[in-house]
Amino acid sequence: MAKIYSEKPSNSHTFKPKTETINFLLDYSKALKVSVYKGLKFESVIN
Amino acid sequence: MCAHKSNVMNSKSISDAILVSQYIKGDEPSLSVLIKRHQQRLYSFIYSKVYDRDVTEDVFQDTFIKVIRTLKRGNYNEEGKFLPWVMRIAHNLVIDHFRKNNRMPKFNNSGDFDIFSVLSDGALNAEGELVKSQIVQDIRDLVEELPEEQKTVLVMRMYNDMSFKEISENTGVSINTALGRMRYALINLRKLIETHNIILTN
Repeated sequence: MAKIYSEKPSNSHTFKPKTETINFLLDYSKALKVSVYKGLKFESVIN
Repeated sequence: MCAHKSNVMNSKSISDAILVSQYIKGDEPSLSVLIKRHQQRLYSFIYSKVYDRDVTEDVFQDTFIKVIRTLKRGNYNEEGKFLPWVMRIAHNLVIDHFRKNNRMPKFNNSGDFDIFSVLSDGALNAEGELVKSQIVQDIRDLVEELPEEQKTVLVMRMYNDMSFKEISENTGVSINTALGRMRYALINLRKLIETHNIILTN
């Protein structure tokens, strides 16, 4: 019957992407280069 | 280097717009601040639509890949606000995800069984709605082609839901004449459909 109100909901802190995902995005951003040649944009991922 | 560090340290006070412009100019840490600032809202937003951790993770990643590419290509329109723009990208990717899943339905039996995932509400999908409205418009156009007397009777009967008694009173012709006009109206409609090769099915 009694509810334990002091208990935190289990999913309160989990609504975040994984650290791997964030790191992947930051690395991808660093690796992605966009070069412009005669008005055309080229993307290259340099690892 | 020092400027970068202080930027990131004061990141809480820097607006999205400034961070975006710094990132476009090549300041990579600004992206990290932007992602950290909005990750929870965006992640919850996606999860509230797809109810699957792995899919949420994928959509989140694809959203930011799109954000990064758009910003690096210089295609970002500064007029809008950053977060609503990112949310819109995520929303579109969620729609893409469901479209793909519709084409290749997958029954996920791992979690709790959800009966609503296998029941359809019987409503038309977006394409069905479009086709339906096209058919309704086609029929309206065809009705316009009918002789005036037949058109009047048909519109009163089908669109205004009047009885033949009411129609005869309104048009000043007998019920039998009204019935006859209705019959000819339908015959002529069928002829029109045949001659124009119109397909009226959904």
